[in-house]
Amino acid sequence: MILCQVVGTAVSTRKDAQLQGAKLLVAVEVDPQGQALEKGTMIVIDAVGAGRGDIVLVATGSAANLTPQTTHSPVDATAVAIVDTVFSNGKVMYSSGG
Amino acid sequence: MILAKVIGTVVADARASTLRGQLLRLVQLLDGRTLEPKGGMYVAADVTGAGEGELVMLSSGASARKAVGLQHAPVDLAIIAIIDEVAGASGTIYRSTQKEGAL
Repeated sequence: MILCQVVGTAVSTRKDAQLQGAKLLVAVEVDPQGQALEKGTMIVIDAVGAGRGDIVLVATGSAANLTPQTTHSPVDATAVAIVDTVFSNGKVMYSSGG
Repeated sequence: MILAKVIGTVVADARASTLRGQLLRLVQLLDGRTLEPKGGMYVAADVTGAGEGELVMLSSGASARKAVGLQHAPVDLAIIAIIDEVAGASGTIYRSTQKEGAL
């Protein structure tokens, strides 16, 4: 899985029927400190109630379908957890509290 | 599979119901010849109890969910083995310090 920061939300009216009710998050991949990497932006489905600014854990590929919200959806990236803290080498690399 | 080093832990209380109970580790991919960091850092579910600093084998994609307890988890990367030893052309280049104590 990858760490991403939610930078926005997207809205779609005309979409696959199985996407009805799905919340779309605009996300960028970040490093363990929460700093954005030089990679493209992606849209991920929200399975945890994440909002703008949150660092989320994104599952990709068929793993994206293994949440109650996405079981039958044609999606390949889902936010499956909101990250509270990242620890490395005895130090806090990232904390949602700031 | 991929050779990586466990470099940290990810704590996340709010998570999909299908992800409950999974240990989440921060891993750094390694160059197989030098064991130096090469490639990105990812978050992997851990079924082995690997500790920080240990070399591990990762499985990715749908195969990762063949690991015990991950069948229905939204996981695309899993630590499926802790590496005891790595040998290259010049002999052993890594030996786990945990091994003797554990066995």
